Amino acid sequence: MNIDQQHVRYFCIIAHIDHGKSTLADRIIEKTGLLTSREMQDQVLDNMDLERERGITIKSQAVRIIYKAENGEEYFYNLIDTPGHVDFNYEVSRSLAACEGAILVVDAAQGVEAQTLANVYLAIDHDLDIVPVINKIDLPSADPERVANEIEDVIGIEALDAPQISAKNGINIEEVLERIITDVRPPEGDPEAPLKALIFDSVYDAYRGVIVFFRVFDGKIGKGTKVRMMATGAVFETVEVGYFGPGQFIPCDELSAGMVGYMTASIKSLKDTRVGDTITEAASPCAEALPGYRKVNPMVYCGMYPADGAKYPDLRDALEKLQLNDASLFYEPETSQALGFGFRCGFLGLLHLEIIQERLEREYALDLVTTAPSVVYRIHKTNGEVIDISNPSNLPDPSEIEFMEEPVVKAEIMVTTDYIGTIMDLCQERRGVFHGMDYIETTRAILKYTLPLGEIIYDFFDALKSRSKGYASFDYEFEGYERSKLVKLDILVNHETIDALSFIVFEDSAYTRGRKMCEKLQEEIPRQLFDIPIQAAVGGRIIARETVKALRKDVLAKCYGGDITRKKKLLEKQKEGKKRMRQVGSVEIPQKAFMSVLKLDDE
Amino acid sequence: MNNIGLYLHYPFCVRKCRYCDFLSAPADDSFRAAYIKRLEEEIAMQSERYGRRGDSRRAVTIFIGGGTPSLMSEKEISGLMDCIYRNFEVAEDAEISMEVNPGTADIGKLSAMKNAGINRLSFGLQSMNNEELERLGRIHNAEQFLESYDAARNAGFTNINIDLMSALPGQTAESFGITLRKAARLSPEHLSCYSLIIEEGTPFWSIYGEGSLPEGMPELPSEDEEREMYRMTKEILSEYGYSRYEISNYAKPGYECRHNISYWVRNDYLGFGPGAASLIGNRRFTNTRSVNQYMKDFALSEDEPLDERVSMAETVFLGLRMTEGVDCKAFINEFGRSLEDVYGDVIEKYTATGHLKKSADGSRLMLTEDGIDVSNVIVAEFL
Repeated sequence: MNIDQQHVRYFCIIAHIDHGKSTLADRIIEKTGLLTSREMQDQVLDNMDLERERGITIKSQAVRIIYKAENGEEYFYNLIDTPGHVDFNYEVSRSLAACEGAILVVDAAQGVEAQTLANVYLAIDHDLDIVPVINKIDLPSADPERVANEIEDVIGIEALDAPQISAKNGINIEEVLERIITDVRPPEGDPEAPLKALIFDSVYDAYRGVIVFFRVFDGKIGKGTKVRMMATGAVFETVEVGYFGPGQFIPCDELSAGMVGYMTASIKSLKDTRVGDTITEAASPCAEALPGYRKVNPMVYCGMYPADGAKYPDLRDALEKLQLNDASLFYEPETSQALGFGFRCGFLGLLHLEIIQERLEREYALDLVTTAPSVVYRIHKTNGEVIDISNPSNLPDPSEIEFMEEPVVKAEIMVTTDYIGTIMDLCQERRGVFHGMDYIETTRAILKYTLPLGEIIYDFFDALKSRSKGYASFDYEFEGYERSKLVKLDILVNHETIDALSFIVFEDSAYTRGRKMCEKLQEEIPRQLFDIPIQAAVGGRIIARETVKALRKDVLAKCYGGDITRKKKLLEKQKEGKKRMRQVGSVEIPQKAFMSVLKLDDE
Repeated sequence: MNNIGLYLHYPFCVRKCRYCDFLSAPADDSFRAAYIKRLEEEIAMQSERYGRRGDSRRAVTIFIGGGTPSLMSEKEISGLMDCIYRNFEVAEDAEISMEVNPGTADIGKLSAMKNAGINRLSFGLQSMNNEELERLGRIHNAEQFLESYDAARNAGFTNINIDLMSALPGQTAESFGITLRKAARLSPEHLSCYSLIIEEGTPFWSIYGEGSLPEGMPELPSEDEEREMYRMTKEILSEYGYSRYEISNYAKPGYECRHNISYWVRNDYLGFGPGAASLIGNRRFTNTRSVNQYMKDFALSEDEPLDERVSMAETVFLGLRMTEGVDCKAFINEFGRSLEDVYGDVIEKYTATGHLKKSADGSRLMLTEDGIDVSNVIVAEFL
């Protein structure tokens, strides 16, 4: 198939969360006439039902649509969707690398936010043509002129003539479509050069194996082409190549330079088709791979255990299936004295963790006990060995530790000036190192900090939102490892160390955290038939203690004929409640207690 | 011939007490009269299956409870008892109890009860302290009770129970001790002492069930004080010759309430009236809890076939309420397996913690004093 490259555009849509990215994508698909409004389900690109209907998983990460422009000519638009969260920054960057342009959606009321900036910088880094669009002009609080000025001032791109639209109400969508022609450059690339294609996503399908999504920069790829993945070295012969319609795959004979599409090749594992890798022809490879590939490493780990120990094989199968579609999910078996058999799982961030947890619970009907998330600490041992640990239980004896390092991130927080003090206090509490502040306009500023990742994975985002009454936004990227004074905090319940409750903490916070943890557990653990001491210890030294007092009274004063059925049900309920607890030694610990550490900062 | 217990529910009272979550409410005379007719219809209906016109079970205990059944007129009481005799064979030595609220029965009515065949009375006194009575919303004071009690003795009743309550708002161990002694000195044959439970949906719930105490309301005794009152009850009553035979029941030798024991040993019983439950063999069924529906049709709110697992669990759950506990041999006879065989690990666990014990001769399994305090935790594990 031959398409004149002058009539092709590749673009993505970038925005701060809730500024209307998905809605605009829907409108664009609708306006290009591929689907009628009636057929159009809200947010086609995100639609999971659609995926289920087809019985395969399409993340619908890309869609090719035909636009009939005002000049009467037809254009092929390739819209590449990007994940919208900092956890998936690398995936976003690979999606951007597959485009020439980006539509930058900014909310006409809220203006530029932290994620807007982060995404726009990412797009500028990838040398994309940026088309600013001001959305939600129908809102009563909309102030498009102010926002246009803000875009110019803060980001430094022209925005005074940016289309002012309402994606929700379909206002001025045509203007956006026309801008794509004029403002986004067409793809370049030599169809005769050796094959060079960028993988920007891949999904697993039970029938066809891995389906790889890619953008061809040079050369051609067709059915039966023998290809090699340059980073992993894996070699495959393609079974099918094609492009994307909304919600469907459309096979074709060949994809050439400048095109986006997919291939299947009976690939068994996503591990062979890493996002960011370069596809080339095995027989005549290109000289060098596209830049920017890296292996994504999990940043946050936690233990996941089936609430019902007998469900261990079910959890293993579920994780295996999820990993087929999510190469960044890591898991390995682990055993906890308190929780039995489970898995240590690694995630890109806390949101990723929550998504996986929710999918396991919803799609696989698993009841999970999750331990507190931990970052990966780097331990320099006295014998010169350096180890990374993701499970606090595996921390070597303090006598074997020379020093420890923890991951830190470079964070940018955008906040209205009223809350600068409050937010700086928050960052201070979280051991942030301040690197400066830029005013974007008189009422808003960007604070720059280096923050330990371990301090932001729990509740930093919530704290930020609540302390700024919602006026702060936040974005971060991994910076590296820094030496830090860290200790392991152990929790003893009834004089037994509960491995699943241990966590690593900054030395100076150990006492406060230990005390809060004991208080929290005292609330969470119900009274039992004997006193239960709860202690926090660092290196064998007890630093805090609480006691769950023994139950004094739990007895039915009356139980006659008419009461029996009802009272029996009451007791059965009591017994059910017990089932949801973990027996550790002679103490029953409710499953949610294992997440207690997450709630230490609740006031 | 099979024995059976009969329970008759009278769901009316003068005024609802503030702690009460029973099926009971005030109603006018004509509705109450219509209700008794309905109750008699139910008795006649069940007689076709279990009574004289059915498999002729013999009523060995009868209990008329409420509500306030002593609100019934003399004629209604004798009519109702006649109805029972017409429909069921009643054992010569049957225990026939009726609940009486002080202030609702004079010597005339009490004599009529006696004549109708009732041979045991249960007085709902609750406290000898008038302040405490008022807070509970009772319709009587201590003096009115004493009058009723004397009248009952004069009418010839030789088997009388007095209901008392502990852990009342503003009650101290001292005031409860005074109530206990005053009641025991009257020398009733039986005393029931219930620790107050704050039930949802009662006026007390809105005061004590949730959140903070409204101003001016006396506090409930603490858990420790409540347990102290519980221990006191056994001690003080034993001075007067009473033994505890169930978690909340005390009697002089030979005067344990046979009707109530039949619930705990799971003998067959039939319940009449709204909310009343019946156990016949392996089936427990409960009448609708709605009085209005009961007036229209004899619907059931629950009908539960009890399989062996549930029957075994109930045997333990109910049997452990009694101080003499569960009869191990009777358990084997009924189920063909020993208690240890079925519940070995639970028995072992709680014997080790001192909450369960065996009688000296090993024939019975029972709760210890410590075990009674937390018996829900323990019996729940048998379910």
